[in-house]
Amino acid sequence: MSTEVTEATQTGTEYINHHLTHWTVGEGFWSYNLDSLIVSAVLGVVGIFLFWLAARKATSGVPGKWQCFVEMCVEFVDGQVKDVFHGDRKFIAPLALTIFVWVFLMNAMDLLPLDLVSTIARFAVGEHAAHHVYFRAVPTADLNTTFGLSLTVLLLVLFFSFKAKGVGGFGHEMITAPFGASPALWLPNLAINIIELCAKPFSLAMRLFGNMYAGELVFMLIALLGATWTGLTLGSGLSMFGQILMGSIWAIFHILIIALQAFIFMVLTVVYIAMAHEHH
Amino acid sequence: MEYIAQVQAYTAIALGLIIGLGAIGACIGIAIMGSKFLESAARQPELMPALQGRMFLLAGLIDAAFLIGVALAMFLAFSNPLIAKLG
Repeated sequence: MSTEVTEATQTGTEYINHHLTHWTVGEGFWSYNLDSLIVSAVLGVVGIFLFWLAARKATSGVPGKWQCFVEMCVEFVDGQVKDVFHGDRKFIAPLALTIFVWVFLMNAMDLLPLDLVSTIARFAVGEHAAHHVYFRAVPTADLNTTFGLSLTVLLLVLFFSFKAKGVGGFGHEMITAPFGASPALWLPNLAINIIELCAKPFSLAMRLFGNMYAGELVFMLIALLGATWTGLTLGSGLSMFGQILMGSIWAIFHILIIALQAFIFMVLTVVYIAMAHEHH
Repeated sequence: MEYIAQVQAYTAIALGLIIGLGAIGACIGIAIMGSKFLESAARQPELMPALQGRMFLLAGLIDAAFLIGVALAMFLAFSNPLIAKLG
């Protein structure tokens, strides 16, 4: 968050563009953003490991601090699911917990210092090679990650629609639902239903991406304040102070956004799946 | 050069409109929701915990469209694909 741009020759736009470039492998359509893939996979494993740790050592006696925290998370998510979804929660509640913890951990990478990776790269491979190191630490500020998550939710919604209503029931609803069962209305009904189905994952992914991307960019703009450092002068001191102050304020505000967006992603997933269970 | 300046000028106006209008909408939305929340909390204080969770959920939903706009505006400000088209 509050680190400096050390290359004096680098302009602000170059600095930001460098930080917005993914570590990519492959060409065109088949290019993979390795940074998003690695960070999200590692965070998934870390999340599972931390919760497994609490489950392994769980006692019915006096619980430790970590077990208390995990129990609070589980009960909070279960309560939220219970409010929205009426039925068997054996699959939905763990799904919601997984989404919440994973998205929260991925969003939380926004709070890492912006130049942490480039500083490590500078020490590891030297000043010149570090210019070619691209790494974006926030997987949810990558459209591919958020659309991956939301398309999985779409598949689950389709699966539960078929499971709850059967192929015939779901097909019947697709062509008769909003307007009525008259054959002249089948086409408009179908069009509206398809648009509705596509809008769900789109809004889910764009909301998470937009929030995280904007947050990341504001951190970069704040980091640029310190780039005007020219030595021990009043102006440099003021912009340095401004950077630390603004960075702290934005980081504290961002903690709220991080938790809120993970929560919203979780609740909307449960709402969509609950809607798939409803009969018209 | 002339064309680039023109694209930049239009982009700057677009950025102002995206962020400004988005902020107006989000602020009015949050203000209406917040006032209603305080009103209902004053009427029935026992409902406050239930309402609070929902208020935060809706705050995120209202904020989202604005923040997506900000992200798009920032994208246009720092790597404008329209200027790249000019070559």
